[in-house]
Amino acid sequence: MKILICIKQVPGTTQVDIDEKTGVLKRSAAAAKMNPYDLFAIETALQIQEKYGAETTALTMGPAYSEAVLREAFSMGIDHGVLLTDRIFGGADCLATSYALSQAVRFLGMPDLIVCGKQTTDGDTAQVGAELAEALDLPQATNVLEIIDLSEKAIVVKSDLGNFTQTVEICLPCLITVEKDIYEPRLPSYKRKISTKDKPIQILTFADMPDQDKNHYGLNGSPTRVVRVFPPAHEKENEVIQGSPDEIAELLFQKLTRLKVI
Amino acid sequence: MAGIIVHPEKIISYADIENLCPFGAIEVFPDQTVQINAGCRLCKVCVRKGPEGVFEYREEVISAANKAEWQGITVYGEICPDKTVHPVAYELLGKARELADKVGCKVCLLLIGNHLNQNLEDFFHYGADTIFLYDHPILEDFQVERYAGIMEDYVAKQKPSVILIGGTPSGRSLAPRIAARLKTGLTADCTQLDMQPNSDLDQIRPAFGGNIMAHIRTPYHRPQFATVRYKIFSAMEPDLSRKGDLIFCALPEKLQCRSRQLEIGIKPKIKNIEDMDILVVAGRGIKKKEDLALLRRLSERLGGDLACTRPLIEAGWMDARKQIGLSGRTVKPKLLIACGISGSVQFAAGIKASEMIISINTDPDAAINQIANIAVIGDLYSVIPALLEKLG
Ligand SMILES: Cc1cc2nc3c(=O)[nH]c(=O)nc-3n(C[C@H](O)[C@H](O)[C@H](O)COP(=O)(O)OP(=O)(O)OC[C@H]3O[C@@H](n4cnc5c(N)ncnc54)[C@H](O)[C@@H]3O)c2cc1C
Ligand SMILES: Nc1ncnc2c1ncn2[C@@H]1O[C@H](COP(=O)(O)O)[C@@H](O)[C@H]1O
Repeated sequence: MKILICIKQVPGTTQVDIDEKTGVLKRSAAAAKMNPYDLFAIETALQIQEKYGAETTALTMGPAYSEAVLREAFSMGIDHGVLLTDRIFGGADCLATSYALSQAVRFLGMPDLIVCGKQTTDGDTAQVGAELAEALDLPQATNVLEIIDLSEKAIVVKSDLGNFTQTVEICLPCLITVEKDIYEPRLPSYKRKISTKDKPIQILTFADMPDQDKNHYGLNGSPTRVVRVFPPAHEKENEVIQGSPDEIAELLFQKLTRLKVI
Repeated sequence: MAGIIVHPEKIISYADIENLCPFGAIEVFPDQTVQINAGCRLCKVCVRKGPEGVFEYREEVISAANKAEWQGITVYGEICPDKTVHPVAYELLGKARELADKVGCKVCLLLIGNHLNQNLEDFFHYGADTIFLYDHPILEDFQVERYAGIMEDYVAKQKPSVILIGGTPSGRSLAPRIAARLKTGLTADCTQLDMQPNSDLDQIRPAFGGNIMAHIRTPYHRPQFATVRYKIFSAMEPDLSRKGDLIFCALPEKLQCRSRQLEIGIKPKIKNIEDMDILVVAGRGIKKKEDLALLRRLSERLGGDLACTRPLIEAGWMDARKQIGLSGRTVKPKLLIACGISGSVQFAAGIKASEMIISINTDPDAAINQIANIAVIGDLYSVIPALLEKLG
């Protein structure tokens, strides 16, 4: 069985600030790191590997320095790493990102199972997984809470449906996105980190993509456009309420109604 | 090529060029070539704030949808396993009605399921002009491939300009699936929506964990998809005189599905205070253990949980898992009501990410009053019973 895990490098913290006057984003000093949700995807693949036997490959798309997340995946126990990088992919929204990833998968050969994280902490969309499944014409299960069974032909998973859970059997090959806490991600091993230090990483660029139409990648392949970014309005009111218990209760009642708590 | 174009000949100083980009997408090489790498998000900060003329944004329109062919706003009404329509649909209808009235178009509701157990007239009262219903036994349970096939059929026939989908787990599974199939844009978790006269949807959403807001459009593609979470918008006041058309739709001929449902389970109620949307927090203003019942009643009435400060744990009044703060848990509820809490730094560290903090404290100088969005100066023993009475 071959498992592909999609991982992404994200800024070390989400504490990006915007200078309110100039509108400039102030980059946080913290170094980039692996998208924390993707650790669960890696752990899921490793758990399956241990229980059923599998060959694992981590795939990431990003600038050259995103190689770091593949190294981290190695030190957790992932077998192979693929970096998809080309300036043509810059400015990609979810559709163009998932399309480029799908082309990389087609180049690498279809695995039996693709595992994605629930979402990223920078884009925060939780869309790339399902869009990748569609681009590859694979069935999908999102918000997976538990892997129940795996055979050569199908996987049985339990997914979160809000107030309900849904257990489904899905034909392989397929794509799943896993919830935080599906398994406790293992810590990277120092020994493995050293032993995989020089492990080669496969680099793919636009030239490797089966689809050579540039208009399907990066900004040209992105239907959405960011008109502008701006700081969130500081609605942080700071209001002091005094009065009789009844007056206070009435004011609180109105607030709670407006907050849609009641 | 479209994107950010660098004009290196206009660079006067290389210092700070790289730091201009919040995403680290500008790379200056030792030979002084400057490249935009794959990290670029097109935020255009370099164009606006960089040295004059060095960074240029170039746009290329490859092909554009004929917007006149795409009309109206469709709300997808999710049918839950208990056969009711998820309430986010009413809120989406309310927003859709507002936008539709602004630009003069129709609001449709799309329902996919089997033997829906609800009075559909209701949706006309809440803003829908037309309901399209795909009702069939094979649609009994949510299978994303099949549902995407239905939506594809619907879009091909009705050509809506905008489709709004509730940001529920299944909505967020379905929306990207169908948006990718139609090769169009999808904006997740919008918190504000507006519409241009040319039917372009203005979508505002938080990114980076809410630290920045992004205004997004889908200018050349139709339909425009957006997801919106529950309790972001408001349903309209129902207008009982509103009527509409109910259209029964036939299943498309081909509906691929490579999964099958084995079981539906009821999710055990989450009880971790970290996962709660609403928290009532007890502090040492509570005089004795029995009085916690008062706060528990409030938390139950609001659908939340009860947490506490450290002294109450030390007194053995509550389970240690309910302690908030530096040596306890960090919470981020939508609403936190701090009752009889002074607001020490160790406690405050655990509540900073809360969206709305209400404090009830007799001391006008308590530190919590600085942290709270609403600081009630009053006695919790009289304010909370009065509030409970109003809540009924
Ligand atoms: C290393 C360290 C770690 C710590 N970690 C934590 C932690 O994780 N979590 C934590 O909570 N604490 C922690 N503490 C303890 C912290 O410093 C405070 O002692 C504690 O938070 C105070 O709790 P309190 O606000 O409930 O009580 P108090 O500070 O005693 O405040 C009680 C408040 O109730 C008000 N009040 C009294 N009667 C009423 C009434 N009838 N109606 C309304 N208001 C009333 C008073 O005006 C007062 O402001 C830590 C301390 C240290 C040194
Ligand atoms: N650039 C990328 N490279 C590899 N995987 C990605 C990338 N972007 C997103 N993903 C995968 O898609 C998931 C959802 O991402 P998002 O839609 O950005 O929230 C992530 O958890 C990853 O598994």
